[in-house]
Amino acid sequence: MNWRSIWTIAKKDLKEVRQNKMAWGPAIVVPLVFAVFMPLLFIILPQVIPVEDVQKELGDLDGMLRAMPPALQVLFEGKDLEQIFVLYMTGFMLAPLFLIMPLIFSTVIGSDSFVGERERKTMEALLYTPTSDMELFLGKVLAAVIPAIGLSWITYVVYIIIVNTASYPLFERIWFPLPTWWPLILWLTPALAVLGISATVLISSRVRTFMEAYQMSASLVVLVLALVAGQVSGVLFLGVGTTLVIGTIIWLVDAALIYISVINFKRSALVAKL
Amino acid sequence: MENTIEVNRLERIFGQNRAVDGMTFHVKQGEVFGLLGPNGAGKTTTVRLLNGILPPSGGTARVFGLDPSINGQRIREHTGVLTETPALYERLSARENLEFFGALAGIPVKKLPQRVLDILSFFGLQDRLNDKVETYSKGMKQRLALARALIHEPPLLFLDEPTSGLDPEAAQHVNELIAGLSQRSGQTIVLATHNLLEAQRLCDRVAVMNKGRILAMGSLNELTRKLWPVTWVDITFWETPAETVTGSLKAQRGVMQITGQGEVLQVQVESKDVIPQVVQHLAGRGVSILKVNPRDYTLEDIYFALQAGEK
Repeated sequence: MNWRSIWTIAKKDLKEVRQNKMAWGPAIVVPLVFAVFMPLLFIILPQVIPVEDVQKELGDLDGMLRAMPPALQVLFEGKDLEQIFVLYMTGFMLAPLFLIMPLIFSTVIGSDSFVGERERKTMEALLYTPTSDMELFLGKVLAAVIPAIGLSWITYVVYIIIVNTASYPLFERIWFPLPTWWPLILWLTPALAVLGISATVLISSRVRTFMEAYQMSASLVVLVLALVAGQVSGVLFLGVGTTLVIGTIIWLVDAALIYISVINFKRSALVAKL
Repeated sequence: MENTIEVNRLERIFGQNRAVDGMTFHVKQGEVFGLLGPNGAGKTTTVRLLNGILPPSGGTARVFGLDPSINGQRIREHTGVLTETPALYERLSARENLEFFGALAGIPVKKLPQRVLDILSFFGLQDRLNDKVETYSKGMKQRLALARALIHEPPLLFLDEPTSGLDPEAAQHVNELIAGLSQRSGQTIVLATHNLLEAQRLCDRVAVMNKGRILAMGSLNELTRKLWPVTWVDITFWETPAETVTGSLKAQRGVMQITGQGEVLQVQVESKDVIPQVVQHLAGRGVSILKVNPRDYTLEDIYFALQAGEK
């Protein structure tokens, strides 16, 4: 395995993606919404509108809290209504939404890397290079996974800073991230980034354009929306244990998809589609 | 001379389509070998098979003595391929493109920047090295693609339609560069093209292909002899030669037929080798010869004769 070749391919793909505004759009807009706009909204909202009124709009906050695992309910003890609202919204409700990021980033970059290369008619020259099929595959996967995880983590850091800064007058201490966020950041986020790219690799063999690949891969966001729905309804709460279990399941799915992708990622198959 | 490429009954079938249908040929080291044929003749598929990016359905191929279907990666270390479309990363600069392909070709990190500058200078692109490729003209892109194929100084070069889509001036420039490559560095070149003039100018030997098969193969002279075993020569005299002269000429060995009258005669001879004897004979008989014009067949004549025969 020639790691110089793998890294060269990954770096080139990243350079190319940097030039593709269609690919970069979501990478700027999504983190801005999740890491800046939404936490500020939930922290400022109770200071502008009485919490009781906000509660009326959002539903029974007490009911939602009761649906939480007892270990997490402890976090809310001794807090006033405004603190509970901010803690619940920024510490729990937004958490699953953040999982959209690794998926979106890896599918956008993966689609550009795998299908975009074919669409732009540059694939053939790449296939004539003295690289192995595995080196090509790994180079392209790394080009999608590294920025997907990196951008997600940068967004988390921005979110942590924004939440702590904006809510400091309310809590008078640095309270975020909550323990439930660590498995989400370190275990589930990488798993979803790999899921996005492995699905994109499989889809890329069946579609012809970047947009088709992106749209099909991005449908994985439904998974994340299911987690959001589970959290809101109280059916599935992303506590430490649950997150670790979901993450493990996704890693297993990743392993299976990567295995299938590696088997199918052959020069002869790629050249036949040129 | 060693054979760089040896192909024996090579086949590649896609569904019902026999893209390469039992091709047999060899390419000697340092030779410029042309694969000539219309679109769909199997030229590009042959290049892909020889570089091991497509496995054959049958037959064998050896490049540098290696089987491309097993040792494709090792073969590609020593081959450069100019694809039919330039296949360059348009969002990147010329330098970034060449650094990328140079690194993949295994050029050491320390030597790569200088090698990139050298080859960009050789192809006259040094002033635009940091410009994005999307700002280049077609001719510049083709030169850059050629530079990419040569970045690692491969001993074997595959050129797939190198002047396709270029204006005559750019095409001539690219052809001059290719001619220079084979003369200067002794590279073996396989030229896949349907441009007959280009092939005639550049190739030592050609294989005329159609529907995945080789119709004929050889140098221009060999192919001409194969297709037209006899040749004609037009001889123009200062004044009409006497009948005794034409009679004696007819009796010469190798002379098959004489037609025409007055100052111009058309003489059919067995081969071009007979022409000097004909001239010597006429001069010996004291006639003044103004012009001797053997009829030349071009690759175009050969190509269309072969393709017509195929139809």
